[in-house]
Amino acid sequence: MNPHDDNELRELLKPSIAPMNDTELHRDLWPQMLQRLRQQHSIRVPWFDWALAAVAAATVILFPGVIPALLYHL
Amino acid sequence: MDLLERFAAGDLEAFEVLFRQHQQHVYAWIVRIVRDSGTAEDLTVETFWRIYRSRARFDPKASFGAWAYRIATNAALDHLRKSRRETELPLDLAADPRPDPAVQRETRYRIRKAFAKLPAKYRLVATLALIEDEPHNRIADAAGISVSLVKVRLFRAVRMLRKQLSSLGVQGAKT
Repeated sequence: MNPHDDNELRELLKPSIAPMNDTELHRDLWPQMLQRLRQQHSIRVPWFDWALAAVAAATVILFPGVIPALLYHL
Repeated sequence: MDLLERFAAGDLEAFEVLFRQHQQHVYAWIVRIVRDSGTAEDLTVETFWRIYRSRARFDPKASFGAWAYRIATNAALDHLRKSRRETELPLDLAADPRPDPAVQRETRYRIRKAFAKLPAKYRLVATLALIEDEPHNRIADAAGISVSLVKVRLFRAVRMLRKQLSSLGVQGAKT
C-alpha cells in the first residue's frame, strides 16, 4: 500500500470519524465486576439441569430395574 | 506467592488488585475500538470476566497487561461482529461539489456508514491504524496476529473503503 494514499484516506476519514480524545474511565467498574461474578456463580447450574437430575434420581428410586440398563448405556 | 500466582490460583483479592491496576488501560483500548463509552465499560467488565474465567491457563511469568489487551481486543471484535450494520448504502447519491454544510454532513454520514460496513476484523485494524494512529506492531500484539497480517488487513480495508466511497461519489476516495 502506498503510504501517501494511506495518509490521503486518513485525512478523508478523520473529519467524519474523529480520534477518541476522552479515553478516561470516569467510574470504578469493580462493583459491576463483582455483580457479574456473583451472577455467574449463582447461575452456574441452570435450573433445567437440576430438574433433569431430579427426574433421573426419581426414576432410579421408583424403578430400580432401570439401573442395570443405565449402567449398560454409560 | 506473588500477585499473579495468587490470581492464577483463583484468589479473588489478587484479581481485584489486578482489575484496579488495569481497568483504565483496558477501557481506554476498548473505547478507541468501539467508540462508545457505555459499550466500552460493559466490554471492560466482559474482558475481565473472560480473564477471571481463564485464570488457570494464565502463566504467572507472562505479562498480565499484554494478555489483558489481547482478551480486550477479542471482546471488542466480538462486539463489532454482532453490531455490524447490514443495511445497504444508497447507491444513487451523486457527488456534489458545492461546499454546502448539508452536503458535507451527508458526506460524513456516508463515510461513517461505509466504515461501519467493513467486516469486523478489517474495521478493527482500520480504526486503530487510520483513525487512532496506532503503530502496526501494537495492533498485531493486541490482536494476536503478525504485523504482516495487520498490513494485509489494512490494505484490504482501505481498498474496500475506497471502492465503497467512490461508488457513493465521495470526493478524494480515488480507487
